[in-house]
Amino acid sequence: MSNLKFFTNGLLKENPTFVLVLGTCPTLAVTTAAINGIGMGAATTFVLVFSNLLIAALKNYIPDKVRIAAFIVIIATFVTIVDLVMKAFTPDLYKTLGIFIPLIVVNCIILGRAEAFAQKNAVLPAVLDGIGMGIGFTLAITIMGAIREILGNGSIFDFRFVSQDTKTILMFILPPGAFLTYGYLIAIMNSLKRKYNL
Amino acid sequence: MAKKLDSTLVNMILSLLLISTVMAAALGFVYGVTKGPIEKADKQKEIQAVREVLPAFDNDPTMDSKTIEGLVFYEGKKSGQTVGCAVKTFTDKGFSGRFDLMVGFKPDGSINQIVVLEQKETPGLGTKMKEPKFKNQFNALNIANLSGKLVKVKKDGGSIDAITAATFSSRAFCDGVQKAYELYMKNFGATCPADTTSTTKGGSK
Repeated sequence: MSNLKFFTNGLLKENPTFVLVLGTCPTLAVTTAAINGIGMGAATTFVLVFSNLLIAALKNYIPDKVRIAAFIVIIATFVTIVDLVMKAFTPDLYKTLGIFIPLIVVNCIILGRAEAFAQKNAVLPAVLDGIGMGIGFTLAITIMGAIREILGNGSIFDFRFVSQDTKTILMFILPPGAFLTYGYLIAIMNSLKRKYNL
Repeated sequence: MAKKLDSTLVNMILSLLLISTVMAAALGFVYGVTKGPIEKADKQKEIQAVREVLPAFDNDPTMDSKTIEGLVFYEGKKSGQTVGCAVKTFTDKGFSGRFDLMVGFKPDGSINQIVVLEQKETPGLGTKMKEPKFKNQFNALNIANLSGKLVKVKKDGGSIDAITAATFSSRAFCDGVQKAYELYMKNFGATCPADTTSTTKGGSK
């Protein structure tokens, strides 16, 4: 695989959200608004890229039997760094995403990519894979957030296009709406993939 | 590919120890760098919230805030004269647990303005408590005028219109306000001269 392929792999072919179906917990929980998707996606991408980089670089020095423990220590460190940095420099964004940031530690995408990719590959492909997967994840949850925000709250990126009293389809903001939206999006992705033979 | 370290006991302990140490050091460094800005951001948020709920003041209320039973009291003064007291209150009855409110009281005990601080309510439902339509119902409300009744949503016999599909959040909001009022009266009621005649709205200021 060429380096470009490592990057595009995560965008569509192996999109972590729609194809690998990893990290569904943040996907369902934070996508109540489009802006949450971008923030969560950016934070996850940061952690993913740096944990992939470090794990690919250290892979020969981590004995197999303790690899998961080592990976988690590395991932948790980067998550805490994101948490502190966001708290210090983007307090407004932190206010909306605060409780979801620590949950990045248990996001399967990151440990999944460490296990399945970073520990078997060189540093550059691992970083590219991290960026690709991160952007794929960000796009996916932003789209989902946008759909849910439009249908459930009548707004997009906090820009309200219906009046405050208009009845919106509240269900889409609530958990069942997350599952519905997720299901339809996966179905659409699958049919597109089949049609264009991706 | 170079040979991987074998999973011997020594190797395992050493590699984990080394990774943890390096990571801990990195964390310590980032913590040191961000500590200042985080404190500044927190304080900024606090002052901002106090400013929103009180009439104009010119002292720094965060300097001599008092904490009583978990609630924080900030007194706003303008040229020495008390213009109001902001109370950082909380409730445990929210739909997703605890949330924090900042309630501004005028010296006569009526509510000036409320802002929502930390909250984890359902986005699009409970979070509507941040919108003026709901929380402005409390403005100028003097709890003393409710003749012993508590602040409550209409469903519970009160006067507050609950948010559609978010009665829990609305109830919790009322609970937080009530708590702030009671403690404010208990601890500061006597120091505010207008409180003795708290039935006359806007008495002193």
